[in-house]
Amino acid sequence: MTIKVLHQGLATSVQDLGRPGYFHLGIPMGGAMDRYALRAANRLVGNDEGAAGLEAVFMGPKLEFQRDALVAVTGAEMPVRIDGQEQPGWTALPVKAGQVLSFDFLKSGARIYIAVSGGIDVPEVLGSRSTYAIGAMGGVAGRAIQPGDTLPLGAAGAAAPGRTVPEALRRLPGTPAELRVLPGLYWHRLTAEAQASFFADEWKVAPEADRMGYRFRGGRKLDFVQRDQPFGAGSDPSNIVDSCYPYGSIQVPGGTEPIILHRDAVSGGGYFMLGTVISADMDLIGQLQPHTRTRFIEVTMEQALAARHERASLLETLRAHLN
Amino acid sequence: MAARYSFGGDEHLFVECSEEMSLAAFFQSLSISRGVRDSGIRGVTEICPANASLQVKFDPDVIKPEDLLQEVRAIETAAAQAEPVISTRIVEIPVFYNDPWTHETLMRFRERHQEPGGTDLDYAARINGYGAVDDFIAAHAGSPWFVSMVGFVAGLPFMYQMVDRPRQLEVPKYLRPRTDTPKLTVGHGGCFGCIYSVRGAGGYQMFGITPMPIFDPAQKTSYLRDFMVFFRPGDIVKFKAIGRDAYDQAVEEVERGTFAPPIREVTFDLREFQQDIAGYNAKLQGLLHDH
Repeated sequence: MTIKVLHQGLATSVQDLGRPGYFHLGIPMGGAMDRYALRAANRLVGNDEGAAGLEAVFMGPKLEFQRDALVAVTGAEMPVRIDGQEQPGWTALPVKAGQVLSFDFLKSGARIYIAVSGGIDVPEVLGSRSTYAIGAMGGVAGRAIQPGDTLPLGAAGAAAPGRTVPEALRRLPGTPAELRVLPGLYWHRLTAEAQASFFADEWKVAPEADRMGYRFRGGRKLDFVQRDQPFGAGSDPSNIVDSCYPYGSIQVPGGTEPIILHRDAVSGGGYFMLGTVISADMDLIGQLQPHTRTRFIEVTMEQALAARHERASLLETLRAHLN
Repeated sequence: MAARYSFGGDEHLFVECSEEMSLAAFFQSLSISRGVRDSGIRGVTEICPANASLQVKFDPDVIKPEDLLQEVRAIETAAAQAEPVISTRIVEIPVFYNDPWTHETLMRFRERHQEPGGTDLDYAARINGYGAVDDFIAAHAGSPWFVSMVGFVAGLPFMYQMVDRPRQLEVPKYLRPRTDTPKLTVGHGGCFGCIYSVRGAGGYQMFGITPMPIFDPAQKTSYLRDFMVFFRPGDIVKFKAIGRDAYDQAVEEVERGTFAPPIREVTFDLREFQQDIAGYNAKLQGLLHDH
């Protein structure tokens, strides 16, 4: 019982909530960039929140169902069609065997999540079905889906079609997008002027934005406090002795273009980091399109934890709504 | 050395043992990492040792960030009292230096290099004061290296040469990174050696290639059946220069599933090492060949 891939969309991959536990060996946690959207989609079709679905960026795939199923599409705003008929997003939609799921052009956001009752049942690798393309593991043969692939489905639970997530419980970035950042790590390497301009300036998402990381342009160049570079750090003032990189950490090679590491992060390297996007805002990054205007907002640990609790209570509200 | 603590958002604690690289800093980061692991602090989800620092990932819903910081600080203090001794393993890795594959790649990216007229080995030998490439290779393969970090991408070891600082090989990275590097290239950037675990972009100078798989997501390699990544932080590596025939033979053995690198369990004592580096390294090397 499967889904046949007619068209792959753009870099559409199987993702669940990731494989934590191997970052010390260079294998990132991976999983859906917008975890809230994947959880919501899974809830809608009666799956465990952590079931594997499809993550598609900018352009949706075209899929032929070979069994009756419930499907839900969440995340970015991208009109959904079943056999050509437009359907609502964030809603449990019944699909019959032989019907085709397709998408129109993206309207807002960047990534859609497609959950199917039963979940995409590819083999688990290190406890997860998430595709980690750099390491050629997980998903379908360790890569994005391709036309002709068949995606196996697990056993479906019981869920009714028609349930929907109200607007108030959906989440997309605003304009400009605002990402909250806890300064730290190598923050002290920046001059006071650079520390101020980083938060004062408006940045734009660069075209180099993927599951590994998001690059930003448009703000002023950041200057460094002068020092003799430590042994082993490399000669550029933005270099450090290679260290671990937190998920969400912001590195700025050469002081010019900030890069936020995301779910498929490289686990470490030799660039200083000025701080880290807080956990509550990581999902939002996955919904940023290139050229999106973005502001970084300075927060304290206390504020980061309060935002985290806010996110958790939103998820609780969603769960209560879809129970 | 008193470590510096900082939070990476609300889920990571960063511990910098030293701004500069040294064996002592690496050893401290490894000791604290092992201490945190052994203490089983509730809420700690991942521990990543790096060259001269470490990162502890935690769930702030389970442990308050400040409480975690205090616990790790206590472990730092205890680690400073502990004997600087670790149980680890030493492995001998064959390297075909100056091989045709990295050579073809480095020629393709020559305009990104400091010295477009020569090879990466020519350049590295010259700036490290070696008259001939063979002498440089002898220095590279002549002393062991500590795996001071595993990461960047899956299974890639950063290695720190176990010699006095003045003898350490140092080479800048490429001026602009390459978009391609053969899998299993033995590279060097700054004071760190590495082995590229997957094909892809890279900025380290390329010296050779090893036939020994170090990352195998399909887990078909005999010694990677239990786990797909070979290296662990704290492993000791000794390179062995081999020629084309030995390389081809090793590749055949890998394909047949009979390739087995020499690996020995070893107890490493930092104090003994520092008292007599050459003697200690000779002893380590002797272990590999059961002298």
